Amino acid sequence: MSFTIFLQQCLTGISLGGAYALIAIGYTLVYGILRLINFAHGDIFMMAGYFMIFAMVSLPWFIAIPVTLAVTVILGVSIERVAYRPLRSAPRMSVMISAIGVSYLLQNLATYLFTALPKGYPEIPFLKKIFQIGGLSASFVTFLTPGLTLVLVYLLIVLINHTKIGMAMRAVSRDYETASLMGIKINRTISFTFAVGSLLAGVGSILYFTDRMTVFPFSGSLPGLKCFVAAVFGGIGSIPGAVIGGFILGLGETALVAMGQSTFSDAFTFILLIVMLLIRPTGLFGEKTTDKV
Amino acid sequence: MKNMTKNKNNLYSLIALAVLLGFLAFLQSDTAGYSYQISILERSAIYAVVAVSMNLLTGFTGLFSLGQAGFMAIGAYTVAIFTIPVSARPSVYYVSGISPVIADIQLPVPVALLLGGLMAAGMAALIGIPVLRLKSDYLAIATLGFSEIIRAFIAAPVFDTITNGSYGLKSIPGFSSIFTVFGLAALCIALMVLLINSSYGRAFKAIREDEIAAQSMGLNLFRYKELSFVISSFFTGVGGGMLAMFMRSIDSKTFQVSLTYDILLIVVLGGIGSVTGSVLGAFLVTSGRELLRFFDDPLTIAGVQIPLFRSGFRMVIFSILLMVVVLFYRRGIMGDHEFSWNGFFRLIQGIPDRLKRQKASGTGKGGAKA
Repeated sequence: MSFTIFLQQCLTGISLGGAYALIAIGYTLVYGILRLINFAHGDIFMMAGYFMIFAMVSLPWFIAIPVTLAVTVILGVSIERVAYRPLRSAPRMSVMISAIGVSYLLQNLATYLFTALPKGYPEIPFLKKIFQIGGLSASFVTFLTPGLTLVLVYLLIVLINHTKIGMAMRAVSRDYETASLMGIKINRTISFTFAVGSLLAGVGSILYFTDRMTVFPFSGSLPGLKCFVAAVFGGIGSIPGAVIGGFILGLGETALVAMGQSTFSDAFTFILLIVMLLIRPTGLFGEKTTDKV
Repeated sequence: MKNMTKNKNNLYSLIALAVLLGFLAFLQSDTAGYSYQISILERSAIYAVVAVSMNLLTGFTGLFSLGQAGFMAIGAYTVAIFTIPVSARPSVYYVSGISPVIADIQLPVPVALLLGGLMAAGMAALIGIPVLRLKSDYLAIATLGFSEIIRAFIAAPVFDTITNGSYGLKSIPGFSSIFTVFGLAALCIALMVLLINSSYGRAFKAIREDEIAAQSMGLNLFRYKELSFVISSFFTGVGGGMLAMFMRSIDSKTFQVSLTYDILLIVVLGGIGSVTGSVLGAFLVTSGRELLRFFDDPLTIAGVQIPLFRSGFRMVIFSILLMVVVLFYRRGIMGDHEFSWNGFFRLIQGIPDRLKRQKASGTGKGGAKA
């Protein structure tokens, strides 16, 4: 394998990793606050793909993108409102089952509304423009993804560390009851968290599907699981962790595909997860927790 | 007096059993005419086995595992590989040929089913050592991961001569009659009920209620968790083998995560921690999915075609129903109670009262509680 091909593969891996990182943040934020694996997150990502297809039918891309993102955010927040909020005091397993139920519902809804056949993803002209740097050639989106990911992550970290709502999010994730006694509106904070997560999933979906070119009702389930693994790998609740996890997964997967082992590229994710859970159950940057009797 | 009600209840059970057997015999008398009904019932019975074994783990030991599809795949592939008639094998493995190791081994069905269960149990024993150290959602995601890994290995080109890769296996011998399926399912479920009612079962429940308390009482946590995991996987493997025989042809796509979710939804609907609930749930969910089929056909009322009714609508309704159960009847049909005739009659006697109350208050809320 020549050096150029190696670089080319790295670029593909980093680009895939960027999209993964954006989705993984959604998992990590929600898990940090609700202690819930939001199984529906991957399907929100899939629905965002469909929203974009329909928005692009009649609108130019610079309006279609904000519309898509707005609808995705509404979807994410309403899922929390309808399916998770009523179960706030229920055992964790019930909430998790509810999340699986929502994921099932969204997949069936997508199959019903848009049929199970893959639909072509619209091409946004400037994203698809081919760039050449030395021997490398790739579309603009491949270069854009990692950069945009890092910018968004930086903004998110600023939001969490230096704004009032960010402080509220941190307080709620630490301790529900105390936070509410301090006058923090728990429900509003959680809704905001879902909005941020869904927004990032929407951005991730545009970047991911522009590369993949088709959307089908199950195209969110496996990437969703993988991104959750990325979040666990980096340490659940930690944003830099989720980003690093996303990039490692993207690179590893691309490497396996490049070596001709594409059947194992999905298994690789889970092997990584299990190894990590055994060596360091809290992930790369996770906090240690102890059980109290 | 107590003895008398017990006798009476046994009598009811016998009558119910006789009615069931009579009904099955009626279906069996015309397999061609009732093939649709028979296939629904057979699938329900098989799902009941897997659902009860998942309940053994989730409802009775408190371990939330999402690896069912993987263990079913192991059972199904073991049964398929060892029961496809030797004469039919060249046509099944026509692409990549068959590995000489397994080419001439053909096992009788019961042995193959047992072997399928044992393979799944063996795999569970290996996986359990690292994975059972994890708790709640981490355990769920790790078992889910293993189930995907198993599927990836089955589909891997390296094992083409054994699993036939992405082409899947076909010409698996089917069940001779519906009685075989129901008999096998009943045997598996009965064995699990015996286990749940034994001292092991009580240890499982102690772990479910409070791990730390159970440990302080001197229970070896790991040993009992591993035992529960292995036994549950054994029966899941047997259920997978039965599914392979029921479907006659399988491939790795049969055992995707959605299969696990189907089983989970059966367990939730029936009630986590209730064996009879799981059995009831398996029949309700499987037949409900078929009964709702009319939603998929175009509906025309008075010459106007209702636009909602088209392919896929059934599954949307079905998933909404499930969400309603999850959100509003969180305990499922049976909660963690078991079916009993006394409870059943109380429920029936309670219906008129409840109707009256609903009329009186106007805004009654109905709830199925046994």
